[in-house]
Amino acid sequence: MSPRAACRLATLGFARVYDYLPGKVDWLARDLPVAGTGADAPTIGRQLRHEVVVAAPDASVADVRARVAASAHGFALVTTPDGVLLGRLRGTHLDAADPETSAGDAMAAGPSTLRPHEPVAAVRERLTGRGLAHAIVTDPDGRLLGTVHTADLA
Amino acid sequence: MTTVGYPALRRLLDEDAQLVEVLPAEEFAEMHLPGAVNIPLKTLGADTTAGLDRTRPVVVYCWDAL
Repeated sequence: MSPRAACRLATLGFARVYDYLPGKVDWLARDLPVAGTGADAPTIGRQLRHEVVVAAPDASVADVRARVAASAHGFALVTTPDGVLLGRLRGTHLDAADPETSAGDAMAAGPSTLRPHEPVAAVRERLTGRGLAHAIVTDPDGRLLGTVHTADLA
Repeated sequence: MTTVGYPALRRLLDEDAQLVEVLPAEEFAEMHLPGAVNIPLKTLGADTTAGLDRTRPVVVYCWDAL
């Protein structure tokens, strides 16, 4: 729809016309503010936690294990320096891996993620139905936004 | 006309670009980007765009790329 609108504006004589092709859903998936009657709808973006341990791929398992042990959660996330999610290190991975191994080598790559504009009720139902206690939330570029936990979605 | 992603959109907004949502009015009323105006595609014409500033960039958007 927006490409046709952009072409229409060009035919009307507008010289600097741009089409934000990814659209409103892309904006919402970045957890950016919106306006309108539905702007206050409960989404998981409002329930994000940011305290989960985040490690660089070259961090040692020993280092990550110590940080996870001191945290409130039993896992860590591995990201690039600019925050793109690469993988997850569960407690079982950390316990089983050689302490000198890098987080990048020990992690489970490509974990499933959600977007922040997803409704709280639907996500709660999906997670509890699968017996999951948390989910990872990223933006459309794969950048980590945080984690969402079923205990917060009551 | 140029297609842009989010990084370029952010730069355009910093240049005081005008945002135009071309979805129907009901969808705009429910949720839209801050500062956007609504000109549904079916109504897009010389009269409905008269309020846009031709000296500033105009960025149109709908729901997604499909």
